[in-house]
Amino acid sequence: MGELANIFIKSAFIENLALSYFLGMCSFLAVSKSVKTAFGLGIAVIFVQSITIPVNWFINYVILSENGIFGIDLTFLRFILFISTIAAMVQLVEMVVEKYSPSLYNSLGIFLPLITVNCAILGGSLFMVSKEYNFSQSLSFGIGGGFGWFVAIVAIAAIREKMRYSNVPAPLRGLGMAFILTGMMGMAFMSLMGIDLTSFGK
Amino acid sequence: MAEILEKKAPAIEFGKEERKLLTDPLNSNNPITVQILGVCSALAVTTLMNKALVMAIAVTVVTAMSNAVTSMLRNSIPKQVRMIVQLIIAATLVTIVELILKAVNYPIYKELSVFIGLIITNCIVMGRLEAYAMANRPWRSFLDGIGNGLGYGIILIIVAFFRELLGKGSVFGFLVIGNTSDYLINTTSSPWLSWYANNNLMVLFPSAMFVIGIVIWAHRAWNKSLVDIS
Repeated sequence: MGELANIFIKSAFIENLALSYFLGMCSFLAVSKSVKTAFGLGIAVIFVQSITIPVNWFINYVILSENGIFGIDLTFLRFILFISTIAAMVQLVEMVVEKYSPSLYNSLGIFLPLITVNCAILGGSLFMVSKEYNFSQSLSFGIGGGFGWFVAIVAIAAIREKMRYSNVPAPLRGLGMAFILTGMMGMAFMSLMGIDLTSFGK
Repeated sequence: MAEILEKKAPAIEFGKEERKLLTDPLNSNNPITVQILGVCSALAVTTLMNKALVMAIAVTVVTAMSNAVTSMLRNSIPKQVRMIVQLIIAATLVTIVELILKAVNYPIYKELSVFIGLIITNCIVMGRLEAYAMANRPWRSFLDGIGNGLGYGIILIIVAFFRELLGKGSVFGFLVIGNTSDYLINTTSSPWLSWYANNNLMVLFPSAMFVIGIVIWAHRAWNKSLVDIS
């Protein structure tokens, strides 16, 4: 249990997908204008992330690997199968959101289908493969990675809401300032990289 | 029947609107600084100008071709599975580009390999497919793809120029500034020429955010209509 908690904290804060690896920047910058929409997108990312990573784990180790059901090494199909899983899951989320929360659906706009090409999702699945997690570890990693992305987008949305009352030069207002703020938050998160979690949970 | 055929515009024409499709993304509708698409790869490949140039060409080719193909198929793609179809079109084209690059220039391919694969998840491709190609005719979608690829490329080159110059002291791999004896004139001996020490922060990710932020600042100061009034 301690090990799973370690993976959660590590993927959420120390190796934050948004602020340490700068993945999923397009939607991160475009949807962080208000905390409300950022919150909705963040929840959607947690949901998609925590479903697709275990499903992709299953695909990678049961279908594609040499010890899987086909007995041949099919890893060259990894990209296409991963991206199809992600696309199918996002389509599902899109239908659910459209049905139950039309206002959130409208405010997310084009960025809901763009979760499919949110590099954080595909990146998460590929990190899961490269770190050789087992099933429960990859589940913890998926939830943690999604949670870290959620924290990052809500944090920057809150800062940007406050930014509206400050005296930023007109051409820098909005998007320009968001880029510079993200850079600064990234520098702040770089300082978390030295944390050692090996003794935690023992 | 004849009337319907007459009403159809010729398949390939190049008028005012078509030219606008090419020039708009360079300035007032730039994919990176205005539409905020394709930022992830812009952060990763801009440490060197060579990488940025090859990436810009690859993205232009993929965006243009996938726009054209999707636009040809737009009436037969069911709405519910459109994303999967679009992704498969993009993934196929990216694989073709990857194999061509591997055959033509292997060293650059090795440096870029991950990011060439990530063109599939580059938001510019999907964004343009969703926003333009699904509603317009193939020729125009093709031009729209080329325009957006160029708009992306121009920002990539600008950002890479500053990051490589300040981070490594070079442009396209040729040393330009800094304390070195590789030049015609040995700069190590002169205090006027050897003052610059490479700034390692410029190679790290946060500096890409700062440089793009400053590019946006300059772009909006020059083109006042883009200033964010909200």
